[in-house]
Amino acid sequence: MRDVGLSVELCGVRLRTPFVLAAGVLGTTAALLERVARRGAGAVTAKSCSVRPRRGHPNPTVLPWEGGLINAVGLANPGAAAMVAILADTRRRLAPLGVPLIASVFAEEAGGFGEVVRILEEAEPDFYEVNISCPNVAEELGLPFAADPVQAARATAAVRAATRRPVIVKLSPNVADICAVGRAVVDAGADALAAINTLGPGMLIDIRARTPVLANRVGGLSGPAVRPVAVRCVYDLSRAVAVPIIGMGGVTTGEDAVEMIMAGATAVGVGSAFYQRGMGVLEAMAAEIRAFMQEQGFGCVSEMRGLAHGA
Amino acid sequence: MAPSPHRAGRVVRVEPAGHRGVTIVSDIRLSARPGQFVMLWVPRADEKPFSLVADNPLTLAVVPVGPVTGRLQQLQPGDPLYVRGPLGRGFSLDGQRPLLVAGGSGAAPLAFLASRLAAAGREVTVALGARSAGELLLVERYQAAAARLWITTEDGSAGERGLVVSVAERLLANGGCDRVYACGPVPMLERVAALCREYGVPGEASYEAYMRCGIGVCGSCDRGDGLLVCRDGPVFDL
Repeated sequence: MRDVGLSVELCGVRLRTPFVLAAGVLGTTAALLERVARRGAGAVTAKSCSVRPRRGHPNPTVLPWEGGLINAVGLANPGAAAMVAILADTRRRLAPLGVPLIASVFAEEAGGFGEVVRILEEAEPDFYEVNISCPNVAEELGLPFAADPVQAARATAAVRAATRRPVIVKLSPNVADICAVGRAVVDAGADALAAINTLGPGMLIDIRARTPVLANRVGGLSGPAVRPVAVRCVYDLSRAVAVPIIGMGGVTTGEDAVEMIMAGATAVGVGSAFYQRGMGVLEAMAAEIRAFMQEQGFGCVSEMRGLAHGA
Repeated sequence: MAPSPHRAGRVVRVEPAGHRGVTIVSDIRLSARPGQFVMLWVPRADEKPFSLVADNPLTLAVVPVGPVTGRLQQLQPGDPLYVRGPLGRGFSLDGQRPLLVAGGSGAAPLAFLASRLAAAGREVTVALGARSAGELLLVERYQAAAARLWITTEDGSAGERGLVVSVAERLLANGGCDRVYACGPVPMLERVAALCREYGVPGEASYEAYMRCGIGVCGSCDRGDGLLVCRDGPVFDL
């Protein structure tokens, strides 16, 4: 039996497994990020942070439904100064594990992304993720930057000018042409893409209370129902750009991860699956991906990348 | 699954709980373990975690701490109620001669446990404490379930004057208890944990935390050590 390796390389950084903890899930504290790293993550993403603290939306903010989750947390975060301490503590805890840390940044206007990054530089994260695609603050801030290639490129360029560290830009599926946005942010200096952020927004109505259930009324969809959309986006993006892609959206099993990799992803984001499968989800997915690779005769993850595109 | 993750029901009865709280008895029938909780949704206002006082019918104790709990105080029989759950990890039922240590609003989940353990034929000892007589909750439920009930208040307005942990220590020193169950403020839980170590008795405690999702994904309720109160707890081994 061939020995199978799960490690992958993302922008020159080694990940022990292809699994990246997605932003917005369990990324609030150093202790939680360390716990996920110890339980099989190749990299972990901290909660998106802005210059100033944000309370986020009132509850309910996250709800389960039959296709996965719907959420409108509203980018609650303690602000960049407090996040520096969390990221620095996390880096210390992750160093002996060999798990890189991704700092996720958000700003109210495109030029503001650089300001957050300049504050976070002190914590020396391994990557930045530029969150231009949160669908849950539209009432306050209008359409996400990811809805427009020009705005998306402006946010990317602001981050690019503020750091030499690898920059990942997280894209929204809620656009007519995700490849146009992908090309624009790569041209503006993105080293990698993450796709997709949540789908929608959607709405759940409680028919007895006769009102939308989320306090924000609408929220982004994640989980198994969105996976085919995510796979299509990653497939299309991998033809449109030359940079690596972190494929995410409803990936719940090791075989789902293989699907994303065959669509063209270099690494695979996991978020809502922590709801379905708990803290052991990444270890379970690692066993599943290994079993698949042994069955199919693959020795390393990169051998599977992009196979769905044919020769 | 229905379009909404919440179960709808109605308030059947509202009883006073201490001077300022209420116990809400509903017509919602759940099957839960003592220590588990529900997310109680007040449409267009908020959704918050509440420990179960009983599961069938669902019974909750509400003490006023903010605008939402203030609104819950006003509920009348017939008013609608929306809950998501039961959620989280509850208490074990392993205590053969259990000692329950309840402080303040920590009385709610332990009242459920007391009645479940008593129904299983266990001889339940309870140390129930609060700052004052008016903040003692669910005394009648404890009287019905407990073989022995010790009441303490910090101001001496009911029962013995002092802290509930002092009573717990005396009971542990006397021996005869094989498991401690606790719920209350964190400093109280830390002292109970120290007593469990000192007397070599296993213990379990239910923790409180600010929560959003209640299902282990948002990360709002890290206990400080990376454990999630909503999903790894709210009951943890001491």
